[in-house]
Amino acid sequence: MSKFRKKKKGIPAVNTAALPDIVFMLLFFFMVTTTMRETNLVIENPRLPSATEIKKLEDKSLVSTIYVGKSKDPNRDGVGYNKIQLNDKISTADQVPAFIFSKRDKLAEAMHPFMTTSIKADKESNVGTIIDIRLKLRDVNALKVNYSSTAPGN
Amino acid sequence: MARRENPEINAGSMADIAFLLLIFFLVTTTMNVDSGVSKKLSEKPPPDYVPPVIKEKNIFEVNINRNNDLLVENEPMEIKDIKDAALKFIDNGGGVGKPAEDGTPGKPCDYCQGERSDASSDHPNKAIISVQSDRGTEYGVYIQVQNELLRAYSELRNRLCKQRYNMSFDELEESYRDAKKSADSKDLASQLKLKVEDIKKAYPQIISDAEPTS
Repeated sequence: MSKFRKKKKGIPAVNTAALPDIVFMLLFFFMVTTTMRETNLVIENPRLPSATEIKKLEDKSLVSTIYVGKSKDPNRDGVGYNKIQLNDKISTADQVPAFIFSKRDKLAEAMHPFMTTSIKADKESNVGTIIDIRLKLRDVNALKVNYSSTAPGN
Repeated sequence: MARRENPEINAGSMADIAFLLLIFFLVTTTMNVDSGVSKKLSEKPPPDYVPPVIKEKNIFEVNINRNNDLLVENEPMEIKDIKDAALKFIDNGGGVGKPAEDGTPGKPCDYCQGERSDASSDHPNKAIISVQSDRGTEYGVYIQVQNELLRAYSELRNRLCKQRYNMSFDELEESYRDAKKSADSKDLASQLKLKVEDIKKAYPQIISDAEPTS
């Protein structure tokens, strides 16, 4: 009847045209949620030690994280696994009190004692660096500390 | 009349591509590890603080040097042996405990199963484990040592909890956490809290970090 020969197709029982739409929605969801990390690591991803007596950090909003490890750019920052990263840049232990105060300002007064500091340090870092951080935390009364570790077998 | 559009692009493979991309993202999403060894730091002492006098037998010294070697009570030891040595020390119960807050004098430990030797700790609530590391020690080794010490406490607490309350301490803590979360089990939560506090008081975790060498 028309100039174009209509190819004879069987009528599909289930209309699967919407399937890619659903899958794309799921895909975009995952693409968006994977970028929810607060800080970009200026240091290489610390290899966490493994431990069995670990506790999960319950409330993410009460956690401030200090990263310790090797810088991604040794020419600028120096070698060694002892670079401390606060927020988004390499800092020294002396800047830890200011970091804790800035995190505290975002919380209600009553929640201050429940704040936890998570230290994510590479397993080859020196204990001296960790001790420096710990002393500064003690000075500002940030007494709840969690040394990030992986469960054994991970 | 609306012309029905002949689909020229076969949409079947679009789903395949979408699935592939989805699986790629599922696999490469890194979940930030948010669990670790918890520690409560002691408060900063005032400038005129005089540390209390403690009997040497109540202190369990662990020294880690720059080469990650361990010296426990002045004897070299492997990491895997620390837990048992610490357990023996804490559970010794050779004397009486600290006096209670209301002034009643200290009682001997009636739940300890240790040797009760005079050379080791008096009571679990007087037993102090002191960890001294070097500034150059590896953090991984330090955490391993802390982990083994915590395992010793955990084993003692589990054992006591089984004796008193017929469940392991881990189970008790978990049920306490669950009871705390749900709003309709406040009584249960406070009951469990008392039990948890009781076990924690029986074997308090007193792990002190000493001033580092060099």
